Amino acid sequence: MDKLIYLDNAATTKTAAEVVEAMLPYFTENYGNPSSVYSFAAANKDVISRQRDIIAEALGAKGNEIYFTAGGTEADNWALKATAEAYGSKGKHIITTKIEHHAILHTCEYLEKDGYEVTYLNVDENGIVKLEELREAIRPDTILISIMYANNEIGSIQPIQEIGEIAHEHGILFHTDAVQAFCQVPIDVNACHIDMLSASAHKLNGPKGIGFLYIRTGVKIRSFVHGGAQERKRRAGTENVTGIVGFGKAVERAVSSLEERTAGEKELRDYFISRIEAEIPYCRLNGDRINRLPNNVNFSFRFVEGESLLIMLDMKGICASSGSACTSGSLDPSHVLLAIGLPHEIAHGSLRITLSEETTKEDLDYVVESLKGIVENLRGMSPLYEDFVKKQDK
Amino acid sequence: MYTEKVMDHFQNPRNVGEIEDASGVGTVGNAKCGDIMRIYLDIDENQVIQDVKFKTFGCGAAVATSSMATELVKGKNIQDAMQITNKAVMEALDGLPPVKVHCSLLAEEAIHAALWDYAEKHGIKIEGLEKPKSDIHEEEEAEEY
Ligand SMILES: Cc1ncc(COP(=O)(O)O)c(C=O)c1O
Repeated sequence: MDKLIYLDNAATTKTAAEVVEAMLPYFTENYGNPSSVYSFAAANKDVISRQRDIIAEALGAKGNEIYFTAGGTEADNWALKATAEAYGSKGKHIITTKIEHHAILHTCEYLEKDGYEVTYLNVDENGIVKLEELREAIRPDTILISIMYANNEIGSIQPIQEIGEIAHEHGILFHTDAVQAFCQVPIDVNACHIDMLSASAHKLNGPKGIGFLYIRTGVKIRSFVHGGAQERKRRAGTENVTGIVGFGKAVERAVSSLEERTAGEKELRDYFISRIEAEIPYCRLNGDRINRLPNNVNFSFRFVEGESLLIMLDMKGICASSGSACTSGSLDPSHVLLAIGLPHEIAHGSLRITLSEETTKEDLDYVVESLKGIVENLRGMSPLYEDFVKKQDK
Repeated sequence: MYTEKVMDHFQNPRNVGEIEDASGVGTVGNAKCGDIMRIYLDIDENQVIQDVKFKTFGCGAAVATSSMATELVKGKNIQDAMQITNKAVMEALDGLPPVKVHCSLLAEEAIHAALWDYAEKHGIKIEGLEKPKSDIHEEEEAEEY
């Protein structure tokens, strides 16, 4: 297959050439262990420190508040489990939402088995948390509010500043999973009263397997991975120097292009959405139209099933994803689509397209044209569509 | 993930469509789980399946198993069609991933459901055939948009 249109950038992104270039010398030349005494290796300590500063600046944080991890999943696990451990004597109640990534949801389930109580907030039909419900969920024993900055499936961006203010008013720690939002929307941890924040490099043209947890000075969570004294004794293990260098470069790149890049993506995103809505009947845009990640499009097409749609798109060289059960290995469709109130059969027919800075209008025109044919074809063999048409004829 | 045969039957499904005034129609599965299959049979007076059509809402494996099942029963008499199991459908497709085995079961059930409908309409009894369990018609109706 010669054509390849990659539109699954929420799953992962291409590592940028400049990022790879920045990383290479740290494999073959400056490969020393940053903890070693001799200057050849110890220089890498300063290199790491510089990356920390670059990343901290992107958040309005301080360099010593950034702790590198092996990715977003580890950062999420750390924030939740270590907060539960450190603050468990104050209370055992945690508030989160029904639309979190599994890195949060499955960690919460684990904590529930360990005697913690978790409230999973509902979201409205656009995938936005209701602040009133959050206020009502707060109890004297609530120790943590963990609400994602932006959702990975439907792209909805939460009112993070308001949530932070509510947490702050009540003296409750606030963690946010910003894996999808970091470098896609401007983030200020101080204005939003964020105490902890997770992010991951591979979502912003950086390498896989490197992320960080921002921990505000004064938050007393402890180490989650025990061993050496790296990361100021809070995260043991020889630093992933190449990964950290790649992450720093990726952030530098993404921050400098933020405004222009996301403006371009938004324009293309909205063009794509309007074409689909105008040209493919019985579809529904999932997620909020305005409070939405610049690169996220998520549609449900009635009477068709997501996996079939993905295979057909794959045959045309288009990479996308779906919340259908068949792509998740369970019988239930995505928990996010169910949480916004979609009936099962419509949730099964969802398609997520996530753009990158390289996506062109021509790419999207090709996708719309391909989709029109594929959806029509699949509807032609759908018994649900047959029943629907017969009912309409009556 | 899928064998070449599965991909072929998914990309070029055989016998898609409807049969008007079919001798028997069977619909199995439910939208909740994401798979619905409907099979139409045209059976002649010698109880031979002259024509068969299907419609399926579901994943690649669901479409491919429906397509293969229709190929396997076409031209068979109803007794022989009864002998076609989900295993036979899977084998004919050179196998399915473990999580998709239920699709082949659904295909077998769909054939049985269509045969049941035929038997009911014609007041006959088919050896070994039981009333189909799954039926979709109580499903929630989706709202319009
Ligand atoms: C919202 C969200 N949280 C966490 C993760 C996990 O991050 P990682 O793949 O770096 O472990 C992802 C990505 O898969 C995500 O989208």
